[in-house]
Amino acid sequence: MQGKKEKALNAKEKPAALGPDLDINSFTRDVKPWRYGPIHSLSSDITQQSLKVGIRPDEKGRAGTYFQIDHSTVFRATQKMFEGKAEVMSTEEAFEKYDWMDDYWWKVVDVDADKYTALAEMEWDKGYFIRALEGQNITLPLQACLFISKDNLNQNVHNIIIAEPNSEMQIITGCTIHPNVQRGLHVGISEFFVKEGAKLTFTMIHNWAQNFDVRPRTGAMIEDGATFANNYVCLKPVKSLQMYPVAYCKGVNSRVRFNSILYGAENSNLDVGSKVILQAAGSRGEVTTRAIASDNSQIYARGLLIGEHEDSKAHLECRGLLLSNSSSIHAIPELIAKVKGAELSHEAAVGKIAEDQIQYLMARGFSESEAVALIVRGFMDVSIFGLPSQLQEEIKKMVDITTARVL
Amino acid sequence: MGRALDILKIEDLSVEIAGKMILKNIDLTVPKGEIHVLLGPNGSGKTSLIQTIMGLCSCNVVSGKIWFDGVDITGMPINERVDLGIGIAFQNPPAIRGVKLGHVVRSFLEGKGQAVGRDIKLARAVNFPIEFLDRDLNLGFSGGEIKRSEILQVLAQRPKFAILDEPDSGVDVENLEVIGKAINNFLEGRSGLIVTHLGHILNHVKTDVAHVLISGRVACSGKSTKVLSQILKEGYRWCERCLREKEVEKCREKRRKR
Repeated sequence: MQGKKEKALNAKEKPAALGPDLDINSFTRDVKPWRYGPIHSLSSDITQQSLKVGIRPDEKGRAGTYFQIDHSTVFRATQKMFEGKAEVMSTEEAFEKYDWMDDYWWKVVDVDADKYTALAEMEWDKGYFIRALEGQNITLPLQACLFISKDNLNQNVHNIIIAEPNSEMQIITGCTIHPNVQRGLHVGISEFFVKEGAKLTFTMIHNWAQNFDVRPRTGAMIEDGATFANNYVCLKPVKSLQMYPVAYCKGVNSRVRFNSILYGAENSNLDVGSKVILQAAGSRGEVTTRAIASDNSQIYARGLLIGEHEDSKAHLECRGLLLSNSSSIHAIPELIAKVKGAELSHEAAVGKIAEDQIQYLMARGFSESEAVALIVRGFMDVSIFGLPSQLQEEIKKMVDITTARVL
Repeated sequence: MGRALDILKIEDLSVEIAGKMILKNIDLTVPKGEIHVLLGPNGSGKTSLIQTIMGLCSCNVVSGKIWFDGVDITGMPINERVDLGIGIAFQNPPAIRGVKLGHVVRSFLEGKGQAVGRDIKLARAVNFPIEFLDRDLNLGFSGGEIKRSEILQVLAQRPKFAILDEPDSGVDVENLEVIGKAINNFLEGRSGLIVTHLGHILNHVKTDVAHVLISGRVACSGKSTKVLSQILKEGYRWCERCLREKEVEKCREKRRKR
């Protein structure tokens, strides 16, 4: 670990390549610990907030739960029927339990990538460890909530997610704050390992505040015949959110899908991208982004596909919708083919709602505002996530609530 | 003013689109219970005329009035015209991602308090696979599928007055018969305006009067069977001649008045 600490120390002033530079010292690290106990014993202002990011306090329909508030793990459990099949704990506990944790720690994210990764190493505040054991099909989603209860707090979590060979699991993660929190910094390191033949679907929902800063750092390693689907939803205002997760399709016939639904409101600055690196025969990637910019929001929708194997293929699709004249969307798709035979493609379309679409729906009896709402809701079509119907329905409801409120 | 006996009355309507005069001094009346046909060569202004009746904003009314069922609708928003009872099947509707055809169909049916499952019955009536109800509006639909989807939406709306813009273009022979039958059943006792370029649909739908549009003007109006057979025999040249004669007559009249 010493080497990592040193690297982190060297990078502690290093600004990120993208996004506004933040003064880390302006946030506080001082917070009281929370007591461990069942989620339903938490106050309703916390559980209500967590519900909005897909975390069910009653744990119904979930295979397991991890709940962290500020720097403390307040609850973690696996439902009885999934014991011995899936594991949910804090990464701190995982280090106590397993001597192999170093094999996964800072392996697909560089500790010295920037000052935020360095911060997560030097001021580490747990995070979750979720693992599906070999050959196990976890038929219900596992849920993890990272919650901030104190204003101006800095929270740095480091998550490890492992899908052992031929396992299958769904994870829903919600990151959110107490309604009283205005400002703060959340740094989340997530490292995914999807092993031979495994299938992992990860859905992350963010719900922040207008003065809150967020810097997730994510990497995924995908082995032979494995599939990783990474879904991301951000519907609420945030001061600045910058992330550029990367997936390495290292295995033969490995597959990755990145799907994002972004809604930029108020003065949000969203800089969100996805990188896919195709390194093996039959590796495939797909990046789909739907971005809506309203009010004064600025959205950067990035995508980078790198073909390093001649039998590899990936496609990037970005659609952006502008709802106001003071917002902007900057779509930046990049394709790098390093060998012949790598097939990479992209399509991007950014603009306002087409007038003929509004008029068409008005000719079907909808008022102008109803027509706009229908188009916007349709644009943020959660079916792109490819989730099981119940989970899809839950997320669709969240999107519908957002569109109903803002339109 | 529009008479209560007329479902649609257009008076001296002139319309420009992007600064260009497209429709010139149109007078056209559809009495209640009649089905009229709008004929004319490509680019004669047929689609512009029905878009103006519908209130699509690209059409700028320079002069004249449109009355619907006794109400002046010339400057009315599109959806209010729909509420009054105008329905339209578009020729080239836009595709809308994420908005399901079934949603639109059901919104009409629910508005009319109709029974659940009626959407499926209607889809069958136009020989439309019910899976299409779950598909995004017009996205990846073939030409024939678009026509059936448009007719399906009009059937669900049950308007007093249906405007059908080229319901026969791009439809194969078998489906033409199905669509024609559905339209005929629906229009029984109602009023409508059917726009057609080639007139195929008229083999299946009973109509009363045909109006021929040439270069943005109504060249002639008459019994639809007669007008159509004349056009099929002589082409639109016949109507152009008519229009010239009309204009010559107008000029003479002006001179006489002087």
